[in-house]
Amino acid sequence: MSKSYFDETHCAIGHPKTKVMQWLLTIDHKRIGIMYAAVMFTFFFVAIATAMAMRIELFAPGAQIMDGDTFNQAFTLHGVIMIFLFIIPGIPAVFGNIVMPLMIGAKDVSFPRLNWFTFWLYILGCLIALSSLWTGNGFADTGWTFYAPYSLTTDTNVITTLVAAFVLGMASILTGLNFLVTIHRLRAPGMDFFKMPLFVWGIYATAWIQLLATPVVGITLILAILEKYFGIGIFDPSKGGDPVLFEHLFWIYSHPAVYLMILPAFGIMSEIIPVFSRREIFGYRTIALSSASIAGIGYLVWGHHLFTSGMSDIAKTIFSFLTFFVAIPTGIKFYDWIATMYKGKVILKTPMLWALGTIVTFAIGGLTGVTIAMVGADIHLQDTYYSVAHFHYAILGGVVFLFFAGLHYWFPVVTGRMYNETTAKVAFWLNFVGINLLWFPMFIAGYYGMPRRYFDYLPEFEIYHQISGVGAAVILAGLLLMFWNFLRSWNNGELSGTNPWEGTTLEWHLPSSPPPLENHTKVPYVDFNPYEYHHGEPVVKFDYETMKRID
Amino acid sequence: MSDHAYVPEIATSRDGVEHEVQGWQGDFYGGKLGFWLFMLTEVLMFGAMFMVLTYYFTLHHADYIDASAGLNRVLGGFNTVVLLVSALTMGLGLLKMRSGDVKGAKLMIWATIFFAFLFLGVKAIEWSLEYQHGVFLGLDALQSGNAHSKPFGQILFFGMYFTMTGLHGFHIIIGIGLMLWLLKRINAGLVTPEHHILHWNIALYWDLVHLIWVFVFPYFYMIGADAGGYHIPDIGSLFGGHSNEH
Repeated sequence: MSKSYFDETHCAIGHPKTKVMQWLLTIDHKRIGIMYAAVMFTFFFVAIATAMAMRIELFAPGAQIMDGDTFNQAFTLHGVIMIFLFIIPGIPAVFGNIVMPLMIGAKDVSFPRLNWFTFWLYILGCLIALSSLWTGNGFADTGWTFYAPYSLTTDTNVITTLVAAFVLGMASILTGLNFLVTIHRLRAPGMDFFKMPLFVWGIYATAWIQLLATPVVGITLILAILEKYFGIGIFDPSKGGDPVLFEHLFWIYSHPAVYLMILPAFGIMSEIIPVFSRREIFGYRTIALSSASIAGIGYLVWGHHLFTSGMSDIAKTIFSFLTFFVAIPTGIKFYDWIATMYKGKVILKTPMLWALGTIVTFAIGGLTGVTIAMVGADIHLQDTYYSVAHFHYAILGGVVFLFFAGLHYWFPVVTGRMYNETTAKVAFWLNFVGINLLWFPMFIAGYYGMPRRYFDYLPEFEIYHQISGVGAAVILAGLLLMFWNFLRSWNNGELSGTNPWEGTTLEWHLPSSPPPLENHTKVPYVDFNPYEYHHGEPVVKFDYETMKRID
Repeated sequence: MSDHAYVPEIATSRDGVEHEVQGWQGDFYGGKLGFWLFMLTEVLMFGAMFMVLTYYFTLHHADYIDASAGLNRVLGGFNTVVLLVSALTMGLGLLKMRSGDVKGAKLMIWATIFFAFLFLGVKAIEWSLEYQHGVFLGLDALQSGNAHSKPFGQILFFGMYFTMTGLHGFHIIIGIGLMLWLLKRINAGLVTPEHHILHWNIALYWDLVHLIWVFVFPYFYMIGADAGGYHIPDIGSLFGGHSNEH
């Protein structure tokens, strides 16, 4: 049995002997990705627990288990963890790190030590964020958006949360920078941009957003910190400042940030659909370029968060139109995926189930987004459960579902073992039924006027909250089952071999599974397209000793 | 550092043509690209602040002019020259490094460090003078609703003034740290005329720092230059001398 990256590693400092230090100091992109995943999913479950507490509170009208102030802190904690600690670093930090270098035939990312530093910057950000749970006047109660002027006047510990968001933003910038240089410099010879797997395209578009949008929110948070701490006037109206300016600066980053979340997820979709249809992807170039154009258009739509905040009618109209435009490249991707499956040999393994489920849930999330991009509809629906349901269908039903699809799809590459297929399918169906039970009633409740971020409600909304509560429990069961399956299979699942799915991209052409420390035995010369199938069989075959084509 | 022992791999295409594989080790262009991208984030960060500044300028035009008129153009102008000269010494240092004159390069880096400290010293005098005049972070003049309060536009102007010159000064301090680190690496033989990416990137950083100042200076100091009310500052009062302030 050859040595895998679990047995040996390169370290940032020296050559530590103990296993623990070898993990803490590792610069291997695969190990760093695994550590990100471990930390991230731990926080994910903390945020899920907070969400469950809120659902229990909302199961009946009136106070059940917490008062209004605690509820405000609970939804802020849920939002801050889910957004800043989990979903923004999310897929790039885990699969961007583990899989992207494998896909382009690189030995590691361009700056492995910077990658190590970035991981610890991320950990530092997490610690700062959580420290305010126990220090000062408790966790921030502003919502994850920190709108001025309330964030400037509340006596909860909002400063630590702002600092944490800034530090996490720095980590995000450095990750994006690292990936951009990696993709530009370290592709295997012969692999031009249009021979890259589409997940790499997703990561590439995302990296530009990380790089170009995050500094704006970073400085906005710094300004808010200076304003709160030194009393300078920037956003506080009592000093002549304009709080709406804060909203603009915040969303100039934070709207592109949702595309930053979804683009790598779309990349995962574009990997899974051709492999499990055994068919070359339909419209490769349109998918690749639509990622880039979503990243571009995504910069110009932030104003739709401010339709009710005070903006001129002409600006509202322009932002509304621009927002509709995002639906075009997204629609192109969806038709391409569906066309790929047409006349393909569709194999319903778990990764494909998650991908197909996402086509349903993200379609709901995406199209309801178009309705609230309309100024008139938005004025009625904004700050109601309708927008909450839209957001969660798009992000949970889009990004997180595809993240899970990726976890199943690349589980053999990372661990060398196969998860239990039956258990995984049961977990998928629990999640899929759960998400619809949990969020669909909220569209209706929101349409009838149920406002978000309230810990109490009128009795006529009780039925919607109770169905949602049941849905939340079903999802929780599905999630626990899924992660239990992963952990158990990692220990004693069947050995998977290097290419269990008959994939065509380079991460399926490794000499062993799990891969050795420096990935491919030799760097291959890439003179083929990423998804070449002929009559349901992969075209390109390698001799794994020399990495020469033998087909 | 095992980096120097790195030998690039060869990938052979099916028609037998050999292609050198770019590794992450010793990737000069990768290092340059990465740092340019990082500089882009700095531009965006300061760009967002300039946007805030400009937005409030359109709302409080007269207040901005008045506030700017009160800034010290002599010290600010002197610092502009200092930074431009330091950019020159930094650039000369890089040229010397590339042409193999390591000793000359080190001398130029030390000169740059000297100018950086000079800049910070002048900045400290400037801020102290402003503090004496009651205009500083946290003082009454920049708070609302008291007898000393300045008008809204001036509160906003000085808020951004201290924020942006402060963050710029912070970048100067980081720059000094980077240059000292660079000298240490040169002395250890890790930065050489053949392997000078670190020197290159720090020079790039220093260029950006002075470039930002080139925009900060006119925007804060010069917009009120015509407004009058300006007189030669009394630096002596800082050191306990006789003050002729009225």
